[in-house]
Amino acid sequence: MDILNALVAILNYVVVPATAYGAQLALGALGVTLIYGILRFSNFAHGDTMAFGTAITILITWALQAAGIGFGPLPTALLALPFGIAATALLVLGTDKIVYSYYRKVRAAPVVLTMVSVGVMFVMNGLTRVLIGVDEIKFADGARFLISAQEFKKATGLAEPLAIRSTQAITVVTAALVVAALFWFLAKTRTGKSMRAFSDNEDLALLSGINPSRVVAMTWIIAAALATIAGTLYGLDKSFKAFNYFQLLLPVFAAAIVGGLGNPLGAIAGGFIIAYSEVAVTYAWKKVAIYLIPGFQSDSLLQLLSTEYKFAVSFTILIIVLLFKPTGLFKGKSV
Amino acid sequence: MSTRQPGAARGGKLRAPLLFAAMAALIAIEAATTGWNGALVIVNMGLISAILALGVNMQWGYAGLFNTGVVGFIALGGLGPVLVSMKPTPGAFSAGGWGILIAFAIALVTIMAAVWLNRHLTRMKGLAILAVLIAGFFLYRAVFDPAVAAIQAINPASAGYLGGLGLPTLLSWPVGALLAAGAAWVVGKTALGLRSDYLAVATLGIGEIIVAVLKNEEWLDRGVLNVTGIPRPWPVPYEVDLQADPGFLERVAAFGLDPVTTSTITVKLLYGALFAAVLLVLIWALQLALNSPWGRMMRAIRDNEVAAEAMGKNVTGRHLQIFILGCAVIGLAGAMMISLDGQMTPSSYNPLRYTFLIWVMVIVGGSGNNWGSVLGGMLIWFVWIKAEVWGPQIMHVVTATLADGPLKQHLVDSAPHMRLVMMGLILLLVLRFSPRGLLPEK
Repeated sequence: MDILNALVAILNYVVVPATAYGAQLALGALGVTLIYGILRFSNFAHGDTMAFGTAITILITWALQAAGIGFGPLPTALLALPFGIAATALLVLGTDKIVYSYYRKVRAAPVVLTMVSVGVMFVMNGLTRVLIGVDEIKFADGARFLISAQEFKKATGLAEPLAIRSTQAITVVTAALVVAALFWFLAKTRTGKSMRAFSDNEDLALLSGINPSRVVAMTWIIAAALATIAGTLYGLDKSFKAFNYFQLLLPVFAAAIVGGLGNPLGAIAGGFIIAYSEVAVTYAWKKVAIYLIPGFQSDSLLQLLSTEYKFAVSFTILIIVLLFKPTGLFKGKSV
Repeated sequence: MSTRQPGAARGGKLRAPLLFAAMAALIAIEAATTGWNGALVIVNMGLISAILALGVNMQWGYAGLFNTGVVGFIALGGLGPVLVSMKPTPGAFSAGGWGILIAFAIALVTIMAAVWLNRHLTRMKGLAILAVLIAGFFLYRAVFDPAVAAIQAINPASAGYLGGLGLPTLLSWPVGALLAAGAAWVVGKTALGLRSDYLAVATLGIGEIIVAVLKNEEWLDRGVLNVTGIPRPWPVPYEVDLQADPGFLERVAAFGLDPVTTSTITVKLLYGALFAAVLLVLIWALQLALNSPWGRMMRAIRDNEVAAEAMGKNVTGRHLQIFILGCAVIGLAGAMMISLDGQMTPSSYNPLRYTFLIWVMVIVGGSGNNWGSVLGGMLIWFVWIKAEVWGPQIMHVVTATLADGPLKQHLVDSAPHMRLVMMGLILLLVLRFSPRGLLPEK
């Protein structure tokens, strides 16, 4: 019984939250890695693209709620998501036309493009703040729990509860659908194949008649969709605050680099590696130890690091991977 | 950097003096409209911004290194005045100081053991390193936690931290520079020599972590409780002392000035003179370095790493050197800023304000040009401060025709955020139309 209780505690406090967080990071890292693979620069504006997309989604959600439109047990934000994606896609396509396209034409060094993305980051950050302010916003509605703590305890008779919030379940399901669709798109469709060809060898792709502006536009649209979905899921699961999304940049980049920049499969693996390590290192293991070790007594919480240092976890993993495997775990081969 | 353009900038030799004169005119207008006190506040912080921009310019302009963790090195430099110039907390060191030092020694030995194992073992390497690290970590926490608890238990309302050494504030500035340089060595050693983007992401991480450490380690700097009353550097007096000084009052009366205003202005002028002196010494040293064989080598490495390496230059070694030097300058400025504010508030270190704004200064001023960084630092700081005032004013004009309501209120309330948009636009416009900045590198 104690072993079961310990397992349930690990599931409840580590596996479930880390899986949801990992799915959010994976979606963010996929966007970063796609842009890196095809446009060949590290996009520092990605965190703020996530924030912008989420902000639009929240505004539409409020409008829908005000009009009395709901989505049954699911959060209304899922209905608003397509509008958020469309607005974000328009914004990044416009940004590409006005800002980035010039640097592609003059074939600027990647680091110059990265610097340009810092400028874009400022503008998007300011826009988001003007749109929706700096305060914390909770916008999840619909059913709260898929499995609630009481029900679980009653059904199993265990002392430890297991709660799965509906937002966590929605996150994982949505992320799985999005990733499946993305991989299908990259592997099977003509545009997807041309994107992979462009990422592998730009000159060869151009020679074989691939339209670069189409590939670039498609990349931005997909990146905008991924960013908005990732941002909205994160916001549903936790809450929306513009500055937190800027700070997500570090774990998202760490996930993309750990998996191998430019490799979509690696981005997903990286997202989960970062998320699981972050949650496992900042979780207080005392409860599990009491179940597993008979007669265990301790004043300490058995928490390796306090939650304020969760960024240190992404950073440490990043450094270890950079030291031992600079191309990432999945060989940073291109898309 | 690699976007070199043929031809000299318009204005030739007079360009720099003219632009600096324009900057001085801006300050004079500010002084004439809002008074010298406000103008000098901008000037003093502008001087610090100029030094910050100099540090970033060393990394970016001389070597093409993209450091996105400037905020962390500023914050770490700011720890200098706390550790050096504050009075020690009585009893804190004997309560937990040794424990913390021993814990750090344990951490150091653990890391060295792991590095040694990594070099000398062939079989079971991963497992052995992991075992050493885990054992070391638990031992470290076993020593560290009680020591921290002992220190934080001492008079938690006003102290609860180790305190400083009680030494002169001026001494704390080089200490701040050294602290930042030490952190830079750790990051540079791991992330340099890899692709340039990796340094950007690694520094982004170290920046976040340093700020997190300063926010949470209360035994070190009281965390979010803030350290206040950090002593001023010699020769800056306190306003109250000046106003009580009969000699000062006599002189003020002789000129027919108001003693309160004059004392505040005197303090700010002294700060300004001190900062300007540091800035001039730095510029002098940097100009010498830039025009020496070393400076030529740095530019050669920046412009073509492969060719420089073929000529026998140690590219990674030079990058590490310039990265550490640049971070030391940033740390110095961070320490000066804390001495100016008189308090350490770790929660105020925001990366947009302390990392990316500095970048805007460097790019706008002209990367690779030291005087450009000084101009960029002063100018962008001025615009940043004024934009907070201009934003709502402009928004009031824009929304004048709108009926009063939630939309108008929202727009007016969010106007201060417009300065982020403005900074982004300035950066984008300069990068696009004048990538060499206001004062281009020769």
